[in-house]
Amino acid sequence: MSLVTMRDVYKKFGEVFALRGVNFDVEENEVVGLIGDNGAGKSTLIKILSGVHRPTGGELRIRGERVNLRRYSVREAHRYGIEPVFQEQALADKQSLWRNLFLGREITGPLGFLKSKEMIRETDSLMSGLLKFTGGGMAPQTHAMTLSGGERQGLAIGRAMYFEAELIILDEPTRALSVKEIGKVLRFVKELKENGKSCVYISHTISHVYAISDRFVILDRGEIVGEYRRDDVTEEELNERLSRAFRLEESPE
Amino acid sequence: MKVTEDRTVIRQTGSLLGVARPMLAKYRMQLAILALAALVFGLFAIGNPRVFLSWPIYEAFLRTVPVVGLMALGLTFVLVNKEIDLSFPSVMGFSGYAFAAVLGLTGSVVLSIGAAISSGVVVGLANAFMIRKVGIPSIVVTLGMMFLLRGAIYVLAGGLSLSVPLGRDHLLRSVLVGRVWGGIPAHALWFAALAILLMLLLFRHRFGNHCRAVGDNEDAARMLGINVESIKIRVFVLMGVLAAFAGLIETTRMLRWYPSFGEGYLLPAMAAVFVGGTSMFGGEGTIFGTFVGAFIIGSLEAGIVSAGLAGFWTRLFYGLLILLSVTFYTVVRKKRG
Repeated sequence: MSLVTMRDVYKKFGEVFALRGVNFDVEENEVVGLIGDNGAGKSTLIKILSGVHRPTGGELRIRGERVNLRRYSVREAHRYGIEPVFQEQALADKQSLWRNLFLGREITGPLGFLKSKEMIRETDSLMSGLLKFTGGGMAPQTHAMTLSGGERQGLAIGRAMYFEAELIILDEPTRALSVKEIGKVLRFVKELKENGKSCVYISHTISHVYAISDRFVILDRGEIVGEYRRDDVTEEELNERLSRAFRLEESPE
Repeated sequence: MKVTEDRTVIRQTGSLLGVARPMLAKYRMQLAILALAALVFGLFAIGNPRVFLSWPIYEAFLRTVPVVGLMALGLTFVLVNKEIDLSFPSVMGFSGYAFAAVLGLTGSVVLSIGAAISSGVVVGLANAFMIRKVGIPSIVVTLGMMFLLRGAIYVLAGGLSLSVPLGRDHLLRSVLVGRVWGGIPAHALWFAALAILLMLLLFRHRFGNHCRAVGDNEDAARMLGINVESIKIRVFVLMGVLAAFAGLIETTRMLRWYPSFGEGYLLPAMAAVFVGGTSMFGGEGTIFGTFVGAFIIGSLEAGIVSAGLAGFWTRLFYGLLILLSVTFYTVVRKKRG
């Protein structure tokens, strides 16, 4: 059974169709590389999947269970174990790391008062364990703005792992990162796969997508125009097909 | 040998500083505002020891500061959310009118309190609706609301004041503005209690956590499932209710309502918030700073006059104080980042 099944998904912003009848699946323990030019509809698709946008039409099933899209929200997606990580929108800079980790899912006592000590302890163990944030004077009370690009991405992904995500959606996770930090992010995705989790990975860098994905889905102007398994194409072939597709669009006739 | 010893000494001093520094760093904003308050009151005490080393002047401050202070507390929450409110002085005036008018008509204290507070709720809801649903920036919406409400007050009351038919010793008066513990005005205690409550709300409660996140990075907050709309609505309602409460206190205290109630309170309330160390950029703020800032701003005029300077020096000091403190906070924040 597929983890996620999206059928005939449409999304209209005003008079413009961002998605026109997209069918998109993610299997259990699968990494899907989502490729497409700017404005192809990648972000819209994953924002629908993660409950940020409501589609104009279509159907979403999670583990075969049909989801009521009128009531579907970020919180609902979290309950299904779907965790998006958007680089620019992942962290609140002026807040501490522990507040960021638990943002929207705070541990609270009666009346909604925060159990800060518990959250700080959890953040501390996540930092020293999974994230390997050691040294540099970094603590749960550190402000998020002092993190490097890779650390920010690490914290956001770590947050998804902490809340036991089954499907992590990464939107351009390697943009503006150093080579070393890119390596860390890619290794993270591989670890996810080894742990039986699934991932949707969006990137413009085909070599990264190729290195970690089981399957590639190419989106163009709101439609899926190509779908390949890694076993069936080499990186060169994938690149060639992409550049052919995009060159065709650019030519006037 | 000598060299090693020196190194040890250096290392030890270093570690001592290392222990003290996080505490200093954590509370440096609070320490800064306390230092500023000490400086200002110290200067007043030097300028006129007879007045500033005796109780009556402080009692006067406890009587006058809370009304502006209550609204400054609400304004702090608004700024943390990266919004602004200019309408609260008019809400204060309107709430006082609602209280006095309903009391005059019905004679019911409960109804008139209800009218006063719900006027704050309604204005808060209206502000939030215009800002979030219609999509007008808060500075424009609340500017309009400021004039609209003030105009409504003058029209409704025909420009005249209203008397408040309450006895001097009425229970409501004792509770809101009476004297406790041999002379402390009750509304000063209300101000302090609400400041503590709001401090807990901002730093130790889910609501405050969400307020800070929304003001810091609205998109991130939304992506993490925080209902941004609902947070903004609640913040403007909170501001409205605090302003309405201030109006209720002022009207009960004076036992008369004037259509000018609240006029001239906009800038001192803002000054209190900024001198206290809350930033314009959202995502962070300090209730403690606003609390102390309200007393600094509220005591300037009396301090300057009693120090022997003419009253028109007041604004000059206002300006100086705001510029200096905001410069200080900005520099500190840059260093942190």
